[in-house]
Amino acid sequence: MRSVRPGGPEWEENKLAQTQSGAEGLLSLPALLQRNAKQFAHSPAYREKEFGIWQCWSWAEAEKEIEALALGLINLGVNKGDFIAVIGRNRPYMYWSMVAAQSVGAIPVPLYQDANAEEMAYVLSHCGARFVVVTDQEQVDKVIEVQDQLHQFEHLLYLDPRGLRKYDHSQLHQYSHVQDQGRAAYDEFIPELKKRRDELTYDSTCVMLYTSGTTGKPKGVVLSNRNVIESAKNASEFDKLGLDDEILAYLPMAWVGDFIFSVGQAYWTGFCVNCPESAETMMTDLREIGPSYYFAPPRVFETQLTNVMIRMEDAGNFKRKMFHHFMAHAKKVGPAILDGKPVGFMDRMKYALGDFLVYGPLKDTLGFGKVRVGYTAGEAIGPEIFEFYRSLGINLKQLYGQTEATVFITVQPDGEVRADTVGVPAPDVEIKIADNGEIFYRSPGTFVEYYKNPESTADTKDAEGWVATGDAGFFEDKSGHLRIIDRAKDVGKMADGSMFAPKYVENKLKFYPDILEAVLFGNGKDRCVAFINIDLTAVGNWAERNNIAYASYQELAGHPKVLASIAEHVSTVNKSVAEDPMLSGCQVHRFVVLHKELDADDGEMTRTRKVRRRIVEEKFADIIAALYDGSAQISTNTEVTYEDGRKGAISATLDIGDAVVVPVAAQKVAAE
Amino acid sequence: MKDMQDGYTTADGRKIGGVVMEMKNITLRFGGVVAIKDISFDIREGEIRAIIGPNGAGKSSMLNVISGFYVPQEGEVWFHGEPRPQMRPYEVAQQGIARTFQNIALFEGMSVLDNVMTGRLSYMKSGLFSQALWKGKAEAEEVANREVAEKIIDFLEIQHIRKTPVARLPYGLKKRVELARALAAEPKLLLLDEPMAGMNVEEKEDMSRFILDVNDEFGTTIALIEHDMGVVMDLSDRVVVMDYGKKIGDGTPDEVRNNQAVIDAYLGVSSD
Repeated sequence: MRSVRPGGPEWEENKLAQTQSGAEGLLSLPALLQRNAKQFAHSPAYREKEFGIWQCWSWAEAEKEIEALALGLINLGVNKGDFIAVIGRNRPYMYWSMVAAQSVGAIPVPLYQDANAEEMAYVLSHCGARFVVVTDQEQVDKVIEVQDQLHQFEHLLYLDPRGLRKYDHSQLHQYSHVQDQGRAAYDEFIPELKKRRDELTYDSTCVMLYTSGTTGKPKGVVLSNRNVIESAKNASEFDKLGLDDEILAYLPMAWVGDFIFSVGQAYWTGFCVNCPESAETMMTDLREIGPSYYFAPPRVFETQLTNVMIRMEDAGNFKRKMFHHFMAHAKKVGPAILDGKPVGFMDRMKYALGDFLVYGPLKDTLGFGKVRVGYTAGEAIGPEIFEFYRSLGINLKQLYGQTEATVFITVQPDGEVRADTVGVPAPDVEIKIADNGEIFYRSPGTFVEYYKNPESTADTKDAEGWVATGDAGFFEDKSGHLRIIDRAKDVGKMADGSMFAPKYVENKLKFYPDILEAVLFGNGKDRCVAFINIDLTAVGNWAERNNIAYASYQELAGHPKVLASIAEHVSTVNKSVAEDPMLSGCQVHRFVVLHKELDADDGEMTRTRKVRRRIVEEKFADIIAALYDGSAQISTNTEVTYEDGRKGAISATLDIGDAVVVPVAAQKVAAE
Repeated sequence: MKDMQDGYTTADGRKIGGVVMEMKNITLRFGGVVAIKDISFDIREGEIRAIIGPNGAGKSSMLNVISGFYVPQEGEVWFHGEPRPQMRPYEVAQQGIARTFQNIALFEGMSVLDNVMTGRLSYMKSGLFSQALWKGKAEAEEVANREVAEKIIDFLEIQHIRKTPVARLPYGLKKRVELARALAAEPKLLLLDEPMAGMNVEEKEDMSRFILDVNDEFGTTIALIEHDMGVVMDLSDRVVVMDYGKKIGDGTPDEVRNNQAVIDAYLGVSSD
């Protein structure tokens, strides 16, 4: 066991700030809101694009809106300790509802808006939400559908009245009407609101977030004001975030990251939270806002890179050549320039020219023109993808965190950014590595408990406050950076005893624009096999340019030419895997291109788009068997769930591909 | 019809008002071909009225009579309680009638927003000169009209293609843009010519929802022609069935569905 503690003057400084925040009485988000409304009264707090225009609310205005809603909630009969579920896309109103809930002593529970009715029913009944705030008819319908299973549910607030006129309004309330009623009853309820706001302590619950969980039912993670405010404060100071920063809130509100960035850090530093017009306009809105602090899971960066590459394929000859020429130069010197390392004069000049011709316009198109601090987390990012953005001069960094830690466990400081590590312990976080490689941490952000689940709490958090991450990793001796290998439970051993770390290989595969997802199998076996999901955008574009007609995803996925190009990628990946002596056994011997995309609606992925290995393994057991028994084809029948909950089945005959494997057995024998 | 003068209440509880438009014994001929033969029916305020029938039944001709594009040789169209004279298209628009077309008729090279804005044309009163200078009244007018256009763009969920040229859009979205342009005119009576033709099931579901929402939110009276029986029966309050230019049925979807003449026309009659 080894333990790392943050030290140095910064740590002392943080300690000081912490006592100050306590002294100032900033013990809750509503208290921070009061401070912001006074100190930053005229600074923009929220923006949302609606009707083609960015609508803006200052902190003072936002405070009034939240107060009106809080009064309205008291008027509706919200008690201290009630749970208020919040379901919908990122809109200022939804963020206000969470803080309004806290103001009246209730606990906000944001849910994933694309959750199906069954998942929603579980969470709503598990926390016993009396009130639910939703955006529109779609969400209203889902709640009504499961209403019978919810014994404590009483009132539903909705934002957009469209299509809801004919609904029974005995339990339905329009958000703005609740606010109007709150304003009308100002004198009656304001003493009560003030009383409840003052009763909030540093240890009262701030929010409850359900973890998507790659296994089992979701668990409600209880986070206190201390967890949220301390984490937000530390992270804001770490990256020197200030009032003038801008973020785009587009990631699911139920995800801890969004809560910390768009609520915790926004309230701590007072920066502005911008909400896109709709999910489809996100890229346009990103470009218009030009955030200075940006956060995205690897998948978003992958998709953007894929789009850039596709568009460059379609560009004219001159532009394409220019792009590739300068990108090659950026790859060589870009990251070094970003980190402030010495770079030759001529290289700098050429980079400046490239910035004028290629990097600048490209960053602008991607909406990254002003990004000062960018983070990726949630999953490991392909090193090539990571380097691509950094070489453009975008300060993209990695952090490692989880809901139970209120996000931050390790972060990469500026100038110490690498693709294969996740950085040093975040401020105030202690980390130790168990003998089996599992990572444990302890911090002010460590969660209080899993709601109504003491067994799981005890399994995860010990009496001294150490939390098991479930991830395996180690500290690099030279840099002191943490390196994650894989989920501790996913890391296994091959039949010959060599290490099996599926994610390592999958990430390499996923760098190819035409591979969306890959799942590696081989734990306890003598060789590895893989499932591949093609990326419809990339492969579809390729098919169009090559005059390959296809009618469906399934047909395209089964096309012999697609199989051939995937086989080529797999063989290349094998070559690079073979170079790592620890993991050379993980080369892919055979693979199959799946006839459907792995999907959260079918339970194959979590809502944050992580593959649920065990479920995939069970569901496609027949295909895996065929991959191992050497057959050339497999006929299979798969159940699929449509977005509206209906079920159907697709059947397909899949060709199995063979990949070139670099022989490593000889080396191993020699080593033994 | 007299007994229904004050309107009726639909199955889902909406109040339907008085007669907005009435067709009185309409007959329309093209040379020797009789496209419409002695048809009478009415359209009431706030209802969704469908005209259905097999190919060549005269549905589109009927819609063109309603819109004032065709003038029937016999019979009269009564609008708001008085016979309607022959009109030019802009006069029809001024009366609060807007339509979409079976074969999309948008300005392909213009953006979605500009196309929707053309629907506001009858609300723009400032002269060419002041519009060119972008001063005073013209500016205020443009802002007000843009606001209406944006509300409709939001309503039909086409924000993401606001600035996209129409030519680059897929068919289903073009149909939606056409509906947006028709709605931009804030019509009292909206005519839809086969709004779901050529759409897949999902697109049809979306379009149905928009049609219902338009009726619900804006109280717009809607007359539509549609091929897809399932869609018509779900959407409309009352249905007129045409066959070979004649009216063979008129009533609620249920009544029409059980009407023997309608069943015969759609399913055919055995020869014996």
